[in-house]
Amino acid sequence: MNIFERFMNIDRRWIFLAIGIAVVIPFFFPLGLPISVTEPVQNLYDALDAIPPNGQPLLLAIDYAPATLPELEPMSLALLRHAFRNDVNVAVLTLHPAGYGLAERALNKVAEEMGQVYGEDYCFLGFRPGISAVILGMGVNIVNVFPEDAYGTPLNDIPMMDGIRNYDDIPLLISLAGWGAAEAWVLYAHQPYGQRVGAGVTAVMATDFYPFLDTGQLIGLLGGMRGAAEYEELIDHPDEGVRGMDSQSSVHILIIALIVLGNIAYFGARRKRRQMEREAA
Amino acid sequence: MRRQFPLALCFIAGLFMAVQYFIPHPTVQDMYERLLIWLQTLLAFAFLLGTVSLVRVHYHKIRHRADDRGYSLVTLLALCLMIGLGFFHSAHHAQGSPFDRMFQNVQVPIEATMFSLLAFYVASAAFRAFRARTLESTLLLVAACIVMLGRVPIGDMIHSSIPVATRWILEVPNLAAKRGIMIGVGLGMMATSLKIILGIERAWMGGGD
Amino acid sequence: MATIIWTTIGAILTLSVYSFLYKDNPFYKFAEHLVVGISAGYYLVIYYFNFIQPNVVAPVFLLRIGNEAIGLGSSMWWLALIPGILGLLLYTRFFPKFGWVGRWSLGIYVGGYAGLGLSPIMQARVLNQIGANALPLTSITNVFLIVGLLGTLTYFFFSMKHKGVLGVLARVGIVFLMVGFGASFGYTVMSRVSLLIGRVSFLLHDWLHLI
Repeated sequence: MNIFERFMNIDRRWIFLAIGIAVVIPFFFPLGLPISVTEPVQNLYDALDAIPPNGQPLLLAIDYAPATLPELEPMSLALLRHAFRNDVNVAVLTLHPAGYGLAERALNKVAEEMGQVYGEDYCFLGFRPGISAVILGMGVNIVNVFPEDAYGTPLNDIPMMDGIRNYDDIPLLISLAGWGAAEAWVLYAHQPYGQRVGAGVTAVMATDFYPFLDTGQLIGLLGGMRGAAEYEELIDHPDEGVRGMDSQSSVHILIIALIVLGNIAYFGARRKRRQMEREAA
Repeated sequence: MRRQFPLALCFIAGLFMAVQYFIPHPTVQDMYERLLIWLQTLLAFAFLLGTVSLVRVHYHKIRHRADDRGYSLVTLLALCLMIGLGFFHSAHHAQGSPFDRMFQNVQVPIEATMFSLLAFYVASAAFRAFRARTLESTLLLVAACIVMLGRVPIGDMIHSSIPVATRWILEVPNLAAKRGIMIGVGLGMMATSLKIILGIERAWMGGGD
Repeated sequence: MATIIWTTIGAILTLSVYSFLYKDNPFYKFAEHLVVGISAGYYLVIYYFNFIQPNVVAPVFLLRIGNEAIGLGSSMWWLALIPGILGLLLYTRFFPKFGWVGRWSLGIYVGGYAGLGLSPIMQARVLNQIGANALPLTSITNVFLIVGLLGTLTYFFFSMKHKGVLGVLARVGIVFLMVGFGASFGYTVMSRVSLLIGRVSFLLHDWLHLI
């Protein structure tokens, strides 16, 4: 076995260790590199910024599960901070059962931090199963799908939901999801009802949403933790997203280095092997 | 009644849901609203069906003294604990209740950590398998590296053209490719839906009579 | 104090899962089986209290929905009872003799969702996308988008052999697809690394308060 082959067969746990170190070190020695804002993020920010205060609510669908929490929770916190800072009412719901606890966690955290009042400034509608049936049902009448909020209060008794019947009364809907929910909102809320939809999705899914962005079916998009970091920059409230960007940089550099080294080793080993075969012949 | 009736129900429900978009008559819309709730109800019951299956699988493992029956016991005890806390604890599932604490401090960390393991494996796979053997694989590799650099702040620092190239990749070749896939998958979804409604695709009925 | 204990439990479970990186071990297996039970229990309770209780149990047992009181035999009562019965029919699959009855519910469910999707999918995924790509050939970008889409669609068109013009287009399609998949791979790496950063942040910030 030549040196290249030995390198290619290195115990993968060394790679794991290198990744671990590349993530941890920037937390202790942050570089604080500037984060530029991309157009899809800016568009979502502008759309939320244009909602008139204390009127029709932003509908925020916190459709993520714990598996994608580090990417999507920073988005929900940043969006809620932006909405509450502008006195925009927020109605939160979820299409994922795990989203129930995660929505409450994000909502209560920011509402408490910014002194918002339940029922007047925000409300939590809870979880409903059925995805397309839920989204289409809300297009007819939200009360049909959510007769009560998550805590059993009839929706008609919640002051901020007074006069809110269906998507005609929702200026913007944002879905944060690590699965098909964000697309479902485009298909079943935007398409039949013309609802303005924005999305925050995991980076894995982000590239698949560019066709929807291009057609205007999505008005804006936050892709992964980087998307959250950009939004945090826009609202001037750096948090988890911004904090993670230095580690993100260092690990990406490391992975690119690993790809390059892997290729050098592969082609080096191939050349050596061919050389030896020629010599043997 | 065993095969033809469910097929007829499937056809009627499918046809009604497909055409109601074009019939704004109040009676049709009223039926449509009700059917939407019915579909949600069926999904909720179908989910609970999954839980019953989970219990059966682990119960059988314990009963037949399988090697890993201890872990099955952990699963069943955890399930019972959550049901107990959710149904019988006075605070139900409000934030800060034991039920919610279990979710936030047991389910959330384990699930989030399990998916984060992939960061290590994706790095290892990139080192071992990502080779520039052909033109196609080289294109894939180069695009991946540019995007990886272009989407982190350090990419900006290395060269200002990297984020520009990333944006171009995302908004031109990526857009064209993903649009093609989106159209293809969309047509496939429609074809499958039509086959289900028309009774050509019957896998959902399972085997037997 | 309670918060510290709960956070420590979360941290220990996090480390148990990471122990898998060294090799498979009982700590990992324990965490793995624990989360299956906890999540199934959590989902069951959320499904029940968020949907089945207010939409089926409450109206059928004459409780109330929102501000409305339900009367026995009223239309609201029937409208809750019928889907409830259809839902229960799904469980006949556990009784081999009556398992076929569950197909009635399944028929409505499968057919209903198939029908619901037809028109929006046609509009959102097919017609809108084709329309958006019908661009004038006035810029290099537009040419790229048109050729790229045609190439990608041709690559997935298997009814004719990929020879001649079709072969060239399919080859162009592969090039676009590879660049698209490369972008997806880059984003996938980004996504997985973000998840890891989130967990490390939990350990260092929320648990140990080191940062």
